[in-house]
Parts: sequence; structure tokens; C-alpha cells
Amino acid sequence: MNSSNEARKDNLLVGLAGQQNAGKSTTFNMLTGANQHIVNYPGVTVDKKTGFYRYKDVRVETVDLPGTYSLTSFSLEERVARDFLLTEQPDVVVNVLDSSSLKRSLYFTLQVLEMDFPIAVALNMMDVAKRNGTHVDVERLSHRLGVDVIPTVGRKGKGKNELRDAIIATANRKEHNVLRVTYEELEPEVAALEESMGKTTLSGKYPLRWMAVKLIEGDSEARRIVREELGENSAAQTKANEIRDKFEEDHYMDVADFMLGCRDRLATDIVESCVTEDKEGRDTITDMIDNIVLNRFAAPFFLVATVFVIYQLAIVQGYELTNYWWPYLAKVRSFIADLLPAAGLLEDPYVRSMGLWMVDSANGLLNYIPIFVILFSLIAILEDSGYMARIAFILDKLFHSFGLHGQSTLPYILGGVFAGGCAVPGVMATKGIPDERSRMATILTVPYMNCLAKIPFYTLLINVFFVEYKSWAMLFLSTFTIFAALLISKLLTSTVLKTMETAPFVMELPKYHPPTIFGVGQRAVERTWQYIKKVGSIVVAVSVCVFTLLQFPGLPAEKMAEFEGRMDQALVTFQTKIKKSSYAGEFQDVQSVVNLLNLYHDYKNDKMSTRGKEASLALNEKYKAEYPGMYMFLKPGADKDAKVVNRALRKLSSSRKSLRREMKEVRISNSFLGMVGRSLEPVTQWAGFNWKINVAIMSSFAARESSVATIGVLYQQGADENKSLEERVGSESGEGGFTPLHALAVMIFFALYPPCLATTIMIKVQTGSYKWMTFSILFPTALGFLVASVIYTGGSAAGLNGIQMMGVFYSFVVLLTIVLGLFDNWRKDPVPLPDFSQQATKERS
Amino acid sequence: MPGRRDRHGHGHGKVCKCCTLMEVSSGKKVKIRCHHAKGAVRQRLLDLGFVPQTDIEVIRRAPLGDPIECRVANYKVALRKSEACLIEVEQY
Repeated sequence: MNSSNEARKDNLLVGLAGQQNAGKSTTFNMLTGANQHIVNYPGVTVDKKTGFYRYKDVRVETVDLPGTYSLTSFSLEERVARDFLLTEQPDVVVNVLDSSSLKRSLYFTLQVLEMDFPIAVALNMMDVAKRNGTHVDVERLSHRLGVDVIPTVGRKGKGKNELRDAIIATANRKEHNVLRVTYEELEPEVAALEESMGKTTLSGKYPLRWMAVKLIEGDSEARRIVREELGENSAAQTKANEIRDKFEEDHYMDVADFMLGCRDRLATDIVESCVTEDKEGRDTITDMIDNIVLNRFAAPFFLVATVFVIYQLAIVQGYELTNYWWPYLAKVRSFIADLLPAAGLLEDPYVRSMGLWMVDSANGLLNYIPIFVILFSLIAILEDSGYMARIAFILDKLFHSFGLHGQSTLPYILGGVFAGGCAVPGVMATKGIPDERSRMATILTVPYMNCLAKIPFYTLLINVFFVEYKSWAMLFLSTFTIFAALLISKLLTSTVLKTMETAPFVMELPKYHPPTIFGVGQRAVERTWQYIKKVGSIVVAVSVCVFTLLQFPGLPAEKMAEFEGRMDQALVTFQTKIKKSSYAGEFQDVQSVVNLLNLYHDYKNDKMSTRGKEASLALNEKYKAEYPGMYMFLKPGADKDAKVVNRALRKLSSSRKSLRREMKEVRISNSFLGMVGRSLEPVTQWAGFNWKINVAIMSSFAARESSVATIGVLYQQGADENKSLEERVGSESGEGGFTPLHALAVMIFFALYPPCLATTIMIKVQTGSYKWMTFSILFPTALGFLVASVIYTGGSAAGLNGIQMMGVFYSFVVLLTIVLGLFDNWRKDPVPLPDFSQQATKERS
Repeated sequence: MPGRRDRHGHGHGKVCKCCTLMEVSSGKKVKIRCHHAKGAVRQRLLDLGFVPQTDIEVIRRAPLGDPIECRVANYKVALRKSEACLIEVEQY
């Protein structure tokens, strides 16, 4: 394969292969350090991690292949790893072995050796093996395999340079005298088939012996290659079939089983000659921990405790942190506001209002960064330590009853099972689910979880309409979504996803590892970064569209004239008030008044975002230095005349504010979105949505955060009296007949509402199809609207109020979930003992 | 010699020395006889070390009774009942 005759290679391609949990990623990090980047393999949704390093003047590109147990064609990851090896032809394959379970790791090694690649073996986790009393004779193992074997401890970076040396040595070695699996009596046939294929176009492209073995085994991928290279019914394929049939007739056993037996015997033999166990004690630390956390009675307790701790640390403490974080974002906003053209008296330049709208939508999301950093770090700790696999083990039965998978736990937690998460990393994390049907069901149901952005909306409505049942309502919402997700998953897997391929649940429970700071930090930063990218690109882009739809066609002329008249009135009042003061001359023209108004506005805003006495004093000094001629109007001190101006200015500022607000509302109700919202009213009245709610729902498609902002704009009245948004929504809706039942319908709709745009794009990435992306938008919309209509119309008809309906609906959902889950288990309990004798005869025929 | 069944006088019907992994109670050690799975399921089981003639120990069932956790060599694997009932084992 790589028998190049050139001298030393100074550009190497290295593929890092091995099983999951063998410490491949830590070895990868050890080799490449932090300079790595992740892309997807072409055409599939599997991550391709690559990294570079320079060592002894050799530039080495390292590719971390997906972790696989073997190289068959049964799973996507295996196909990807195999295709990489066959098409990219790396100079060296570094095979990472878990020395604490050597035999199983060797199966993989033997397969790669069969493919004829130059191999260097990294014998990882030597420390764990030592702790368990396993001693591996590295010399002998190296001798048996005929390749370099380097003991490493990836987590501590031990063996780094030895491994790098071995890679260079292996790449430049001319003769590879490696171990081969011999297939006993099949050996002549394999050799003959290999020889006959050597005369075809396969020669030089593929490792022939491996091809021969795979063809005889009946591997589908090998067949495909042969079909593509040599056409249908090629001589090689026919010969392989003959060999297989003849063997099975003679030996009364499956060829694949026989070949497996050969590999197994060899692996066993190697392990027996190289590994000594000096401790028969099986009670390792892992077992002790498992005995506690997987105990039938204690397991649920530990699970709930874990979830509670995550919730406390990430959501509760994270919110605390946002108090320290928000001022920075506010500073950025005022910095940008300074750069943009100044505000007009009543109407701002378009660039300014759009710019600020964009910054505000981005800030609303970026505000959550501290929460996400903590949340994602904790989840990474769970993953790396090995407890996540246990959670999957505990919950698999529950999930499986609804067509999901034990490994759906992680996406759900990331998506925000218990108030607070983000569906984007949630959907990303579905990658690891081996079962295609469950994976799709998970992808399509993660968005129902309560992402962080839904929470403010719920809080707003609950504080208005369910004040006396606050905690109950919140509990209802945060648990309702789980039941809803389970039910919907059940519905989808028994209808549209029914035909998808499923995979067995056979999952290794890795040993517990103390997580490393680097590993955890890296994963947390990676996931947070995905989130920031979402904000930076999609959300901002969509917010511009929404802004435009809310802005145009603008105010009718007569309305505008009316507003301008009222503003002039306010200006005249201002002038009259300051006439007597010595500063009256300074404010003869409108522009000077506008400048003062804007300055006052900025000053107020900056004041809001400073904390503590010292900061506020410093701010005053800053303004004093920058605007010496204006500062006395902002803070008059003892200057009597300035006081007069300041009073008038405050009055003027507040009338300007309220006028602007009124204009905004008229503009929105006149805007395109407003029109659509109104035209939808005849339909949405069944769910009790008025046009304002419709507009909020539509604008929240960009990102949920904008829903609260939009509602804030629409429910304006009373903002001048400094009423909180809750009070405003409450008082206004009281007039409009908006009841708790309305609020319940809206909240339920919001819980079932389609994923935000960023998530739908991620769904496209993870499913690889626009069809599913469209489905993920349309289906929840229809469903959410249907359920909301049932709640509102049904509740009204039955004469129930909001909280009663909440109880009725919740009981119904919970009952339905329990019944479905039990029914499913009762139906699916496997038959204890199939009749083997009959099966055996069937297989022979 | 598949299908050899011993009768014991334990009072409740047939107790055989070979049964499926699903029926083995926790803490018992068994030896794998053969697989009744095909294709991907079989491959996955083999990859994780459920190779015929290997000894495995059933450690525990999940709190809800499914999946089952087993020890193969010196690592642990969880598998569902629906897969476990495809593995024929021999009890010691």
C-alpha cells in the first residue's frame, strides 16, 4: 500500500482509530494540543475532527475517526471510518487500545492489520489497568503484533513523544512484517481469491486480502465495491459465493462465525501470552459506585439529586451571574448607540432603530451565556465521568416505551428538561444515538423542552394570570412538556417514523473517570460557541426581517401629523417654562433641544447600567468632562436656573417617550406583521389569541426571546407611570377580556410551538433533509394550535377557569402517558424462550 | 450438542441448563452458547464481546427491570431484554 521509495516523509496523514471509551479523544488532544477543528464528513452528519502538529520537522495531520468497535458496514460511523481509511489512505493508523480490556480492543486491531495499513498502537489507560491489577507485557505484545506499541496515559499526557516518534518510524519503515489472522482450512481459498482479484482493477486500490476475506464473509460494503469496480456478477463475487456455500455445506456452520472464531482464538492467545492479572479482586471503584447509584431503590434518588444540582447551579446561580454580566452587554449597546446616527425628535433614522433592534435581540440571547457555560460544563462532567451512560441505562425502559432511546437523555437535558436549556446543542447531541428511529424522534421532540427563552414568557403570563398559583403553574409547564414530548414521540414513531431503521440497545457502561478540566472546558466552550454563533448569524438576520415587517409600511400621514402637532405642543411648553431662566437663549432652535434630550436619555441609560456609588460618581465626572456646557441641566446641583431647565427637560423627555411609544404601537398595528396578525384573528379566535398575541408568536419564530420584547411593545399603556410589564398586560387585558384561560391557551401553544429558526436549521443539519425541517415547523404549529383551541374553546364551553382547566388538562395528559407506557410494555414483553430447534432448521433451509 | 435439556426435580416444570440470557437471574455466571440474532444485532453483540464460549456474569437489572447489565471479561455492557433473549447461554 504505502511502499513509497522516497526518503523521509515530512508530511504525514495519520488516522486515529479505536473503540469508543478507549480514550481516543484524550489521545487526540495529547497529540495535537488545542489546534484542532471540527467539520462534518462529506454527505453525512458525523463529526470529523482534524488537528495538526509539528514534530522533528515533520508536519503531521491527525484525523480523529469516529469511535467504532469494528469495521463492518452495519453502522454509519463504521462506514465513515472505513471509507476514510480506504479512500484517504493515511500514512499511519494510530490504533488506540484500552489496556484494561485488551482482548476486545484487539478485534479491532486485527481488522485494521488485515487492511494492511502501517500501524502504531497506543496502549492507553495503562494507569487504570495497573490499578485493576492488570499487567501488560508491552515488549511481547509489540513482538506478537509486529508493530510499535507505546504505553500511554492520555489524560496525563504520558507517552506523547514516544508515540510521535513511533508514528514517524512507522511511516518511514519499508518492511511491515505484521501479524496475520490465519483462517485455517479456508486459507488456500482466501489466497486464491486474493490472487485472482490481483489481476483486476481492484489491485492497488484496495487491500486485496481484506477484500477477499470480506467477500467470503458476505460483507455488504465489500460487495458494493466489487460491484462498482467489476460490475454485476463478477468472477470474484461468484467465486466468493462458491467458497462460502461449499464451506457451509461441509462444516455445517456459518462462514462468518468460523472466521470470527479464528480471530477470537488469535486474540485470546495474544492476551494470554501478554497479560497477567495479579489481582483477582473485582471490587474496583467503579463497581462500588455502581452498587450505590444503580441500586434499585437509590437510583431514582440519585438521578433526581443530579438533576436538582444541575438546576440549582446552572439555572439559579447562573441567573445570579447574569446580573454581573448584563452591565457589560448594556455597555456594548450604548457604545453602538453612540456610533449610530443620533436620534431624531420623534422618528429615529432607520439605520439607528434597526441597529439598536439588532443589538437588543442579540443581547437578549447573549445574556444567557453564564448560564450556558455552567450548564454545559456540568453536562460535560456527567458525560466524561461515565454517569451519563448510567442515566441512559436507568431511563432506557421508560424512553423505549415511547419510541425513544436511553441516550435521548442527554439531548433532553441540554434542551432544558427542567426549565432552561437550548434546543440547538440539544439537537446536536442526538448524534450519539445509534438507533435511527429513536434519533429522529429525539430530534423532533427536543424542541418541546423548555428552552431558556420560553421561561421569561411563561413567567410573564404566570405573574399576571396565575399569581396565587405561581409555583403550581410553573411546575405544570415544566413537567407538561416532558409528557408532551413522550406522547408526541410515541405518535411519530408509530406513524411517520415507523419505517426507519432501528438498532439494538447494546451499550457499554464505561468505567468512571475523573473528568479533566481541559476536556470539560473544551466541550462547554464548544457548545456555548455554537449557541453564540446561532445568535451572531441567524437570530440577527431574522431579527432584521422581523423588524422590517414590523416597521413598514409605516404611519399614515394624518396620524403622523397628529403626533407631530402634539410634540410641538410639548416643545412650546418647554420653551415657556424656561423662558425666565438665564439659559433660555441656548435653546432657541429645535436641534439644540433634541441634542439635550438625547444627552439626557443617554445619561439616564448609562446610570441604569452602573452599579454602586463609586461607579455612578465616576459616570458623573465623565459627563462633566465631556459636556461641560450641558452637564448642569442633567444634574443641576445648586444652580437655580439650571434646575428650572432640568425640570422642564424631564417633563419634555417623558412626553416624548410616551408619544414615541404610541407611534410605535400604531406603526406595529399598521405593519405587515400586524396585518397578518389581524387577518389570522378569525382562525386564532378559537384558541383565544388576539392579534397582538399573533404578532408576538410570529416574531418569536426568529428567537423566542423576542416574544417578550414584542409583547412589551404592544402593551405600552402605563409604561410612563413606570408600571411593570406584568401590570400593563394585566390591566390592558382586563379591559380586552383576556382571562387566565386565554393565558393558559397561549402558554400551551408556546410550549408546543415549533423550534426557533436556529433549531430548525440544526434539524436540517442533523437529519440532512429539508423535508424533516419543514415537518418540524408545520407539525408543531398545527398541533399547538389544535391543543390551544381545545383548551380555550373546550374550557369556555365547560365553563372552567384557567387554573381548573390546567388541572383537567394536566391530569388527562399524565394519564394518557401512563396508559400508553404501560400498554406498550405489556404488548412488547419478549417471549421467554424461542423454539431453537425450529429456528435452526429454518436457518439451514 | 444443542438442545440437551436436563430435568431437575425443583418442583416447577422444566428447568433447563440452557436458556436465554434474559432469564438468568442477577449475580449468576453463564457461558454463551450461541446467538440467534442476525445481521447488525449479531455484529454489535460480537463487537462488545458476546462471543460464543465466553463467560459472562449478569450483574443487575435496571430499576425498571430492563435493560440488563452484564460483565463481559472486565467491562460492563447493558443490553435490552429483546436482545438478551436472542443469546442462548448455559448455566454453571
